[in-house]
Amino acid sequence: MIRDITIGQYYPGDTPVHRVDPRLKIVITLVFIVMLFVTRDFLGYAVAVAALGGVTAASRVPPAFILRGLKAIFLILLFTFLLNMFMTTGTPLVKLGFLTVTREGLYGAVFMGLRLVLLIVGSSLLTLTTKPIKLTDGIESLLKPLRAFGVPAHELAMMMTIALRFIPTLLEETDKIMKAQMARGADFETGSILRRAKNLVPILVPLFISAFRIAQDLAMAMEARCYRGGEGRTKLHALKMGRVDAVAMAFTALFVALLILERVYAGAIRAALISLFLV
Amino acid sequence: MSITVKDLVYIYGEGTPYETLALDRVSLEIADGEFVGLIGHTGSGKSTLVQHLNGLLKPKSGRVFVGDAELWAKGAKPVEIRKKIGFLFQYPEYQLFEESVYKDIAFGPANLGLSKEETDERVRESMAVVGLDFDAFAQRSPFDLSGGQKRKAVIAGVIAMRPEVLILDEPTAGLDPRSQRDVLEMLERIKADRRVIVILISHNMDDIARMADRVIVLEKGRVALSGSPAEVFAHEEFLHSIGLGLPPVTELMRSLRLGGVDVEGSPLDVDEAEELLDRYLRESGARRGDRGKLI
Repeated sequence: MIRDITIGQYYPGDTPVHRVDPRLKIVITLVFIVMLFVTRDFLGYAVAVAALGGVTAASRVPPAFILRGLKAIFLILLFTFLLNMFMTTGTPLVKLGFLTVTREGLYGAVFMGLRLVLLIVGSSLLTLTTKPIKLTDGIESLLKPLRAFGVPAHELAMMMTIALRFIPTLLEETDKIMKAQMARGADFETGSILRRAKNLVPILVPLFISAFRIAQDLAMAMEARCYRGGEGRTKLHALKMGRVDAVAMAFTALFVALLILERVYAGAIRAALISLFLV
Repeated sequence: MSITVKDLVYIYGEGTPYETLALDRVSLEIADGEFVGLIGHTGSGKSTLVQHLNGLLKPKSGRVFVGDAELWAKGAKPVEIRKKIGFLFQYPEYQLFEESVYKDIAFGPANLGLSKEETDERVRESMAVVGLDFDAFAQRSPFDLSGGQKRKAVIAGVIAMRPEVLILDEPTAGLDPRSQRDVLEMLERIKADRRVIVILISHNMDDIARMADRVIVLEKGRVALSGSPAEVFAHEEFLHSIGLGLPPVTELMRSLRLGGVDVEGSPLDVDEAEELLDRYLRESGARRGDRGKLI
């Protein structure tokens, strides 16, 4: 039940996709997202789907695992799809009562839906193939230039690391407390809403207590090891770019170039394709 | 009341890369009033197994019967069965949540739907069983108690439901010697009563040997051994090979044997060991005496 929630879930592996420098991976993901908005037609998306498919295959993450992430945004997806389909003016295709499906609307709905799916799949591929610790290392490193403007890069990254690290711990804790109270005859599944809300007290009180205890213990352990923030701190696993990263950069550059070319020559390509099918 | 488990299989994290087989076709039967010691190395599946007995975990396959009721049969109510089973988790202090010890102990009885009077009686009774003075502790906050007192308050909360089955997952872990003794003495009293099934998970082989009618050894999610303490602890080498210890006296005899002293038997308590050693000394003394005569 509780365990179904997946945030920043990591799929262990040792593929080139996993090994790419996290800084680069974050940048590539951002580039990918920007390119999704640069593209204006399905041919561009075909390129994006192919690229994403290739990277997914190389990462050895089962596609089912990636698509599971879409479940969370299913409602948003449906909403976007329906809004686009019914609310766009243009050439009417079908009439359903007071609603009209237009040619442009249908096109827009599929287009926006696909864009959302690609967005989610692309960014979940980042979290699936990067350990949370490496991810925050990457974010810290990328935020470093902003320190000149007073952005506490190290502290932000540390907070994120700790939060990510303790999500599973707190889930486990909740599970444990729920079981203990269920063993004492507590019933969380039936009753009115008010009753159920009241039933949460035996879970929430112990959960808060244990969260505070964990925070205190952690703070003490950090102080005992002389933690004093990011100033002058070195890393055990310093981030270094390597060959995999060069390949990743080349791949991304190729992807960007393809999409830009596609956009510039969209008309010509379409004409060429049409003539190809006519022949 | 008896408990029957048939071909229980449970898998953690099925369909994820962290999938592990926790229980592998476990079958066992526990008779009414039996005191069962459950031992096994960390990760052998002990806690997973006992969580199936009151329906906190749903098995992948296999069946669980508690009394006449089958836990996951159609129309079965795990909530109802859970009320007959008292469950003390590992380091259970986290389950305290009320503002007073009294209210916390009354949580279970209140969930059973008992009247105020009945609840009051149960709270007093169970505090007496665990040895917490009613006048001194009933109105105190459970969060102000010492570790040992907290553990007793939790146990009282479990006992107050008058369960027919009592499952205890390392009830003495992390307690000071005195509180450990208190908890064990309380267990002895419950055992002497013979009214409930007790399932005790412990790493203290001495406690298990002393109290259990039957010992079940789990190893890698399977029942490796099952029998009386004497039968099970006679498998000295096997228990060592799976990372389990022996009761101290049994271990002493094993060490003597490994050191070349030719004593037999796997005694479970000091008296038995004394008898065996005494016999050994007399016999070897006699042998030496014979040799003396021959020479």
